[in-house]
Amino acid sequence: MIATRQQRLGNFAGLGLVLVAWVLYAVYASPTQGWTFFLQLTVNGIILGSIYALIALGYSMVYGILKLLNFAHGDVYMIGSFIGFGVLSVLGGALSPAIPVVLLVLCMFAVAMIGSGVLGLVIERFAYRPLRNAPRIAPLISALGVAFFLENSALLLFGAQYRNYDGYDLISFNGIHIGGPTGVFVSYLGVIVISSSVALMVALVALVRWTRFGKAMRAVSFDREAAAMMGIDPDRVIATTFFVGSALAGAAGVMFGLVYSQIYHLIGFIAGLKGFTAAVVGGIGSIPGAMLGGLLVGMTESWAKGYLNGNVADLVVFGILIGFMLIRPTGLLGTPALQKV
Amino acid sequence: MSEPSSSGNGAASEPLLQLESVDTFYGPIHILQGVNLQVRSGELVCLLGGNASGKSTTLKTVLGIVRPRNGTVRFEGEDVTSRSTSYRIGKGIAIVPENRRLFGPMTVLENLQMGAYLQGGGTKEAFDRVYSLFPLLHERRSQLAGTLSGGEQQMVAMGRALMGKPKLLLMDEPSMGLAPILVERSFEIIQQVHESGVAMLVVEQNANVSLSIADRGYVLSTGRLVLEGPAAELREHEDLRKAYLGR
Repeated sequence: MIATRQQRLGNFAGLGLVLVAWVLYAVYASPTQGWTFFLQLTVNGIILGSIYALIALGYSMVYGILKLLNFAHGDVYMIGSFIGFGVLSVLGGALSPAIPVVLLVLCMFAVAMIGSGVLGLVIERFAYRPLRNAPRIAPLISALGVAFFLENSALLLFGAQYRNYDGYDLISFNGIHIGGPTGVFVSYLGVIVISSSVALMVALVALVRWTRFGKAMRAVSFDREAAAMMGIDPDRVIATTFFVGSALAGAAGVMFGLVYSQIYHLIGFIAGLKGFTAAVVGGIGSIPGAMLGGLLVGMTESWAKGYLNGNVADLVVFGILIGFMLIRPTGLLGTPALQKV
Repeated sequence: MSEPSSSGNGAASEPLLQLESVDTFYGPIHILQGVNLQVRSGELVCLLGGNASGKSTTLKTVLGIVRPRNGTVRFEGEDVTSRSTSYRIGKGIAIVPENRRLFGPMTVLENLQMGAYLQGGGTKEAFDRVYSLFPLLHERRSQLAGTLSGGEQQMVAMGRALMGKPKLLLMDEPSMGLAPILVERSFEIIQQVHESGVAMLVVEQNANVSLSIADRGYVLSTGRLVLEGPAAELREHEDLRKAYLGR
């Protein structure tokens, strides 16, 4: 236990040093100096990072309980985004909503989360459960198959063209100016994304820590057979975990659509990889780790876009993934060599 | 007495647990071969045998974690052979698994709650009962189970199994990995729990200790029951003495 805590402190100290060095360079020495530019990118990064964090949570929960990298997770997010768009279209679209906007947004989130959650249940039931006792490579391949299946189903159903959420039209183009009109700008949409993802994460932490299901989930993650010996039905707990993780991905899909407007059938691929990166950086299997990793990946991507350019942002993010794999394969909050009792 | 199908002491009451000619396989490997076994209400039965004799498999068959290919498992007269593990546990079976299998990253309290999972996490009465049996657990309730010593973990494992107020408690190798003094303490507690009216099926390699507290015993050898009878008779039995008691 103590070794783990020390290791974590070391991780945080190292991360802190790197961040401080980066901030000093960015603000005082880079070609585009100044706090405003830096903070604006950071805020954009936090918005993006909240979305990645929600995706990373689903990755991490499923990995924690099944030791499976669910590569179809990004495509569940994509489907969630399309479901949200469908609800928006049915209820009048962004420019002429048929019901009050608040209600409309709530409907989009609710339907997308439930729809994605059910999709997660179906995927688990038909693509992973039959392979429960197969070698671990088998469900991994099955996951890739599901990913392609979902991408191509979306292509067939929705076509290849971009769909436009027009989120700013729906909510507002305005926002909060911190530090005057030339200061940092946070759109109301950004505020909504950050606050609703924080709310979802708090709800998830409460669910895992205090509810009967949360405890059963932790028990099954640690020792599935021992959990079964307590009367817990591991299949049900695993299915519920898929539902919750997929619902979070669905919410992330709606948030992405609102903030970045354009969605199409392949958005899940790169977002899934970013969520996976976030989960690994934070320590896969760890819930706070997924949140932290998501924020880090989002901010890194935003900084890279601002200080370098958009084309190399992904290079930087996946460079960090490789770096973590080499230096800290257990991530920031992962548990190295978990001891079984 | 060496005839496995004859009943030990001929009590008339219906058995709490009854295995009838159970055959269990792991893939092509035949593990349990025609096992007949009974535990009556309030009885303490021990199941002896060496390594790989099928003791743990017997317990897993009772719980439904391993499904028999032939034969039936009855609990309180009801055929539960095709019922799920959680159904059987809900009916009143609990287990202290081999090596205890605590949930290490969860607190002692949470481990106890898992023991009463089907009762919604345990009533105050159940907690009181377990804490009065193991006062230390109350002290350590917010500590992570994985950080406890072996003896303390044994208490958590037993407390956890008692949380659901079982009618039948299965114990898989309760003495394994414990210091001799703790083995003695462990069996005192087993006896105490037994005296409170819980029927027990105890799997052990330590034949001496377990026969000293058991009512009846069975001996398994490579998946077959080779001996059964009252504990006192088994202790004196020639073959068993040679094989397990070392005297």
